[in-house]
Amino acid sequence: MTDTDITTLAASAHTASVDRQDRAAGSVWFGGLAAAAAWLIASLVTTSRPDVGDWSRTDEFAIALMVIAAALAVAAIAARWVDPLAMRLRAATPWLIVIPLAIAAWEAVTAKFPVLPQPFFPPPQALIEVYTDDWLRLGTSVLHSLRLLAIGYLLGAATGFLLGVSLGWSRAVGYWVHPVLRLIGPLPATAWLPLAFFAFPSSWSASIFLIALATAFPVTILTWSGVAGVSGAYYDVARTLGANGRFLVLKVAIPAALPHVFVGLFMGLGASFAVLVVAEMLGVKAGLGWYLQWAQGWASYGNMYAALLVMALMCSGLITLLFRVRDHLLAWQRGLVRW
Amino acid sequence: MVAADVRLAAPRGRAGTRLEVRDVSHHFELEGKTLPVLDGVTLQAEPGELVALLGPSGCGKSTLLRLVAGLDRPRSGALLVDGTPIEGPDPSRVVVFQDPTLYPWRTVYGNVALGLEARGLLRSQRARIDDALELVGLSGFDRAYPHQLSGGMAQRAALARALVNEPSLLILDEPLGKLDSLTRISMQTELVRLWRDAGFTALLVTHDVEEALFMANRVIVFSDRPARIKAEIVVDSAYPRHRDDPYLVDLRRRLLELLGCAP
Repeated sequence: MTDTDITTLAASAHTASVDRQDRAAGSVWFGGLAAAAAWLIASLVTTSRPDVGDWSRTDEFAIALMVIAAALAVAAIAARWVDPLAMRLRAATPWLIVIPLAIAAWEAVTAKFPVLPQPFFPPPQALIEVYTDDWLRLGTSVLHSLRLLAIGYLLGAATGFLLGVSLGWSRAVGYWVHPVLRLIGPLPATAWLPLAFFAFPSSWSASIFLIALATAFPVTILTWSGVAGVSGAYYDVARTLGANGRFLVLKVAIPAALPHVFVGLFMGLGASFAVLVVAEMLGVKAGLGWYLQWAQGWASYGNMYAALLVMALMCSGLITLLFRVRDHLLAWQRGLVRW
Repeated sequence: MVAADVRLAAPRGRAGTRLEVRDVSHHFELEGKTLPVLDGVTLQAEPGELVALLGPSGCGKSTLLRLVAGLDRPRSGALLVDGTPIEGPDPSRVVVFQDPTLYPWRTVYGNVALGLEARGLLRSQRARIDDALELVGLSGFDRAYPHQLSGGMAQRAALARALVNEPSLLILDEPLGKLDSLTRISMQTELVRLWRDAGFTALLVTHDVEEALFMANRVIVFSDRPARIKAEIVVDSAYPRHRDDPYLVDLRRRLLELLGCAP
């Protein structure tokens, strides 16, 4: 390609990108206003007629929807001058339209027309009510859950990691641990629940044990397979360069196995959520699992949905955190799955 | 005859080691069957000499290199470095493999640092890493990860990882085998330069006749598996060599005949 060609190409690419920017600005403008309109519709549906039941946060909810609509309208206009805002707004526009329409539909079939049976399907303002009136109990539950989960998960992950490395490295450990692992590992941790609750001094320590157990199994298996799968050539290189056994484990086997270890940590985290909720529902008198149980006992369905939403955010947040750590540690890998 | 070749190499750095391979035989056990790979191999490499081991693919040359590196032990025979038997791997005998086998989780710098790190010399001799990178022309790529390198650059990094240990015997196991032909030619020139500057003894396994003639003082020709020494040819030509030197062209024809590839 000659210089002239390149210049021409660059020039036409520039024109094209300017065109695209103009059109993009137009679509952001239009999309942002459409989203604002959708939130306005949701707000109007909320105030359209009196609620069929007794909910105290209907007006506040309608106002909040209106505020979001106004904010989106402002953002749509400002996006003309602020490029990063335009990019984010454009990416989110479809969701920003669908969410308020879903809220409007939800509002209509629960609070405005008695389509869905009450009190099993509360309207959105019932959830808002829980968050504004019961935040202390809900927040305390989140903290209890996080503490139990963190201790159990970290214990289990550390045990699984050490066990996995030993299994991959030592024949003697493999001889004794492998059969036990094959027998005990596949057993769901929750099956130990009745046993654990009387074998341990408290239901709290029993839950720690169960969460650790549920976490350790996948972490062990995947760390083991990661260490076992390290290419022999990596060891050859290190050995000819004067590495001892310690170096081979710490600086070759473990870093090479790390991608597998993170798959194990991810699976272990999922398993630990399941055990956490069951343990809290059946034994520990605190945490989100207990909150769900408690809300059901009082037939407070709004509280249940509110707690479920918080739980979903918590679990998703923890998985995101794990993926962030992985992305940081495995930056050298290509083609990582983005969470 | 060997002494003359060493003079041709004209090493300027510290002298390499003398390698002796005495009547070495080796076999593998595969599913209960015995697969002989080396049959009574005897050879020497004098200090500072570059000896090419030439033979058909899969004939057992790489096995011989693993024995020299100390990664495996021979079934019979002896391998000696400066008169001392080889008992295991040692950083004075470094291997450059056909695959660069860089650690993907380490940067180029981290990979080159491996040998010093493994021996606890990283803190005192860190400067050698930059020297080694400069030697192979990878200065400025120290923070790159292996997946960002081309094949030639990765092999240069592997070479730097070996050279940072200042080996007295460098074992090259078809190090250029997977590179494209242009990169291979320029890397051959560079390897010769590095070897002549550093003065180490080098064993070069290759199945490329031209490469052997361009680089080596002596070419040892192996038979098919089990590998036996078929012939030994002294390449009595000064460096830098030219590929179209009639003397080398003549030797090339002889070698191809020995390998059964000549018309």
